[in-house]
Amino acid sequence: MSAVLAHPLAPEQRAVTGRDLAWLCGCLVFVMTPHALRVPWWLTVFAICLFGWRTYLAIAQRRLPSVWLLVLLAVIGMVAIGLEYRTIFGRASGIALLMVFSGLKLLEMRTHRDATMVVFLCYFLVLTNFLFTQSIQTALVMFGALIAITGALVSFSAPQRSPLANLRTAGLLLLHAIPIAAVLFVLFPRVQGPLWGMPQDAYSGVTGLTDTMSPGTLSQLSISDAIAFRALFKGPKPSPRQLYWRGPVLWDYDGRTWRTGPRRWRQADDVSGGEAKFEYTVVLEPHNRNWLFALETAASLPPNSWLSNDGQILSNSEIRSRMRYDMVSLAGGRRDLEETPGSLARATILPVGFNPRTLAMAQEWRAKYRTDAAIVQHAITWLRDQRFVYTLLPPALGRDSVDEFLFDTKRGFCEHFASAFVVLMRSAGVPSRVVTGYQGGEFNPLDDYITVRQSEAHAWVEVYVAPQGWVRIDPTAVSMPGRVDSGMANSVPSGDPVPYLMRVDLAWLKSMRYNWEALTNRWNLWVLGYNTERQREFLARIGFSDADWRNLATMLVTAVGLIIVALLAWSLKRLVRPDPVQQLWQAFCRKLAAAGVSREPHEGPRDFTTRAAQRFPGLAATIVSVGERYMALRYGAVRHDADFAELKRSVKEFHPA
Amino acid sequence: MAKALALGAPGTRLGNWFYGDRKPEHGPITLGHRRVYIMPTRIGMMFAATLLIMLVGSINYVLSLGFMLTFLLGGLALAGMVHTVRNLARLVIVSGRAEPVFAGEAAQFRIYIENPAPWVRPAVMVRHEASGAQMVADIPASATAEIVLQVPAGPRGWLPLNRVRLETRYPIGLFRAWSYVQPDYRCLVYPRPEKSALPPSSPDAHFGSRQAATQGTDDFSSLRTYQLADSPRHVAWKAVARSDDMLTKQFTGDASAELWLDWGLLPGGLDLEVNLSRLAGWVLASEAASLRYGLRVPGVSIEPSQGDTHRAACLTALALFEARGGAGGQSA
Repeated sequence: MSAVLAHPLAPEQRAVTGRDLAWLCGCLVFVMTPHALRVPWWLTVFAICLFGWRTYLAIAQRRLPSVWLLVLLAVIGMVAIGLEYRTIFGRASGIALLMVFSGLKLLEMRTHRDATMVVFLCYFLVLTNFLFTQSIQTALVMFGALIAITGALVSFSAPQRSPLANLRTAGLLLLHAIPIAAVLFVLFPRVQGPLWGMPQDAYSGVTGLTDTMSPGTLSQLSISDAIAFRALFKGPKPSPRQLYWRGPVLWDYDGRTWRTGPRRWRQADDVSGGEAKFEYTVVLEPHNRNWLFALETAASLPPNSWLSNDGQILSNSEIRSRMRYDMVSLAGGRRDLEETPGSLARATILPVGFNPRTLAMAQEWRAKYRTDAAIVQHAITWLRDQRFVYTLLPPALGRDSVDEFLFDTKRGFCEHFASAFVVLMRSAGVPSRVVTGYQGGEFNPLDDYITVRQSEAHAWVEVYVAPQGWVRIDPTAVSMPGRVDSGMANSVPSGDPVPYLMRVDLAWLKSMRYNWEALTNRWNLWVLGYNTERQREFLARIGFSDADWRNLATMLVTAVGLIIVALLAWSLKRLVRPDPVQQLWQAFCRKLAAAGVSREPHEGPRDFTTRAAQRFPGLAATIVSVGERYMALRYGAVRHDADFAELKRSVKEFHPA
Repeated sequence: MAKALALGAPGTRLGNWFYGDRKPEHGPITLGHRRVYIMPTRIGMMFAATLLIMLVGSINYVLSLGFMLTFLLGGLALAGMVHTVRNLARLVIVSGRAEPVFAGEAAQFRIYIENPAPWVRPAVMVRHEASGAQMVADIPASATAEIVLQVPAGPRGWLPLNRVRLETRYPIGLFRAWSYVQPDYRCLVYPRPEKSALPPSSPDAHFGSRQAATQGTDDFSSLRTYQLADSPRHVAWKAVARSDDMLTKQFTGDASAELWLDWGLLPGGLDLEVNLSRLAGWVLASEAASLRYGLRVPGVSIEPSQGDTHRAACLTALALFEARGGAGGQSA
């Protein structure tokens, strides 16, 4: 008989019920659905089959499959994923593996211990969703998922309670966890990642400019509402015509595609001239390139960055998390008054045997006008007079794409205009290059930020004219002035697809959107953009400058300790004051005990008062009535205040011998 | 976990230092938060490992929401720790009454757990450390739950409850909180009754040891009111004819007698416990046969009587019998 029995609280000794299984499957489906839409279709089908199989086994009350079958399935899954992704390491294949393994784990889930492991897997899958999006919406949806998953964890500790009660407990726990999480978030010493080499595919799927441009590149980007960066201006705001955000400069052309080619470092000397000075802060979204965007012409350099010989600002490392930097720009300012002969020669190279009609026209102009400036001026006039159409859906172009665009189709997007103009200029022997970047931006009156989206990606041209240096010409703006002044939506013919947010909206919709964007911006800055520098900045603001990790750890432990003590105090507070009725009864029992009649632990109020009444016949009536009142107040359905007052009085006036 | 418990388990020197060398406590015992201990479970360790992986992942992929999630789950664990303590703290343990049992049976220790808080305390395990007897109960808000610990009764005499562990892992299973109580609570264990034939009435018993104690069919002794179970042959029909009442004739039989269950009647050369077992068996047999019986063991003599109280008195005497002054099996 001395054998130790099973521990009824140990999770490995409690079997999983159908309810547990249904709940866990729900949680897994919840957190895996976003992935299921991303992974190859066969993987989703495979995972659904595993889930369905486990559900069937539970309903039919069959035995779970053997370990060997599961190992076999795991190997098949790994091989298939390896073939699909060419690796089993990395973000995408890792998530694919997690999907397969969670299905297999369900198939060997027998006890609450296994079920708890599935819960941990769910928590981890929540994290993997953040690899793709960290928006406010995602955070809210995933918090909901967290309550459900924690509810499952609670139900394993109290299998008898209703799911609703368990959900409520889970919500309360998470509510109590929030202050601790907030303290940890703010004070936990931040290490700037990555800790080790990132898997190759870590930043795939980030939309943005590329270092090449061929017909269709920018128009693809133009239907994306994704945000490229935001800027907050101190002092005057630029006009729409001044909002040229400079990005990669493209020099080399092969007849179809423009490329940046090699770049050199150059001295960032002073910018001369300029009509207006702008000081602003840019909050750049990660785009996995080392390009920092700034208004033309940039007059300062952010830390850890350099200026290329074609005027682009480049960071020392790729931008993989949201970045903030302060900038000063001089609109219309010039830096490259003189250019090296090598660069000028490079800016006139064209592939041989392309676009004969353009070449013929350009050489005719060369003969007619003697200076570069005159040629440029004539080209602008010519472009304006031809009736070009700005469209996101240009017709397909053949080998001599510039010829076809300039003389036949006359319909195109900014990349067509820029590419054609540079080819025209180079054909005439004028040094020129394509500049890509963003043009425009939307001003949010609520938080004063200008939001620049991918749909504002633009390409323009710079020509080198002898005394002035490189001069910006926007051929798109020349032929379609509305594109720059009033935005793309007003420039494209109706019927063309335009990004949703680019459309001219109703006023209320616009104000709602401004509110939302202001909130998103704050979220990006303070939650998603909270890094080592922000942490230092914040601590300095609350009076802890130069806090090293040791100070942080001390503050962290103190703060978390205080919160736990507060929680403990809260949880015990309601316990220290017992029921007033109970207090009166205990006082009554103490008085009787002092008189020699103490209540036995097992003695109920009725038995005890009967015994006490026998002992003190003179007080019998009082004793019995106290017992009756106590029982009525404590166990009765309704509490009467009069009864309580009477009980209080009788106990107070009760004095046994 | 068994290993972890062995080091510093209650009863060991380390354990006594840690838990306090408590004497059995009288009256209601309140589990103050100082008496509630808490440790992470193995699941809790695994949770910590999961969080570590999530933290490293968040750092590596610069996931701010990943940090947020990891910290929120860390907070969840810490809040869960407080809630686990809260599920046990300030419960009041009240001992009930344990009815005497025979050796070899299970003593039923009734324990009442009072929950003074206005919230339910789910999944509280009460475990008798020595025997492993245990029960899990949900204790409703501001109410009392009854726990019955079925502790195997060993040898006769007093069986103290000794240490009882209260444990809970609610609400998240990452921590277990526990507390030890040792209420002043014991159960009387009667000797294991041995089945054997009743002894003949002893020569030194009361003369007339066969006085009317049991009903027989031989000699008429009196009349009493008819009861449904009475045989029609015993109805006093003549008396019925004289009065309105149905009366039954009562007889006393030869077999009915007063019996002394005497130590001296026991065969010699037997062990003390065997003797007590036989006496206990005789008490039960006599009671079953509705005999009037008395008990005489060295130092104790109980006058013949019958009924539950008498039976309990006799068995208690046997349970608490202590051989005195070399009073072994034979001395009396």
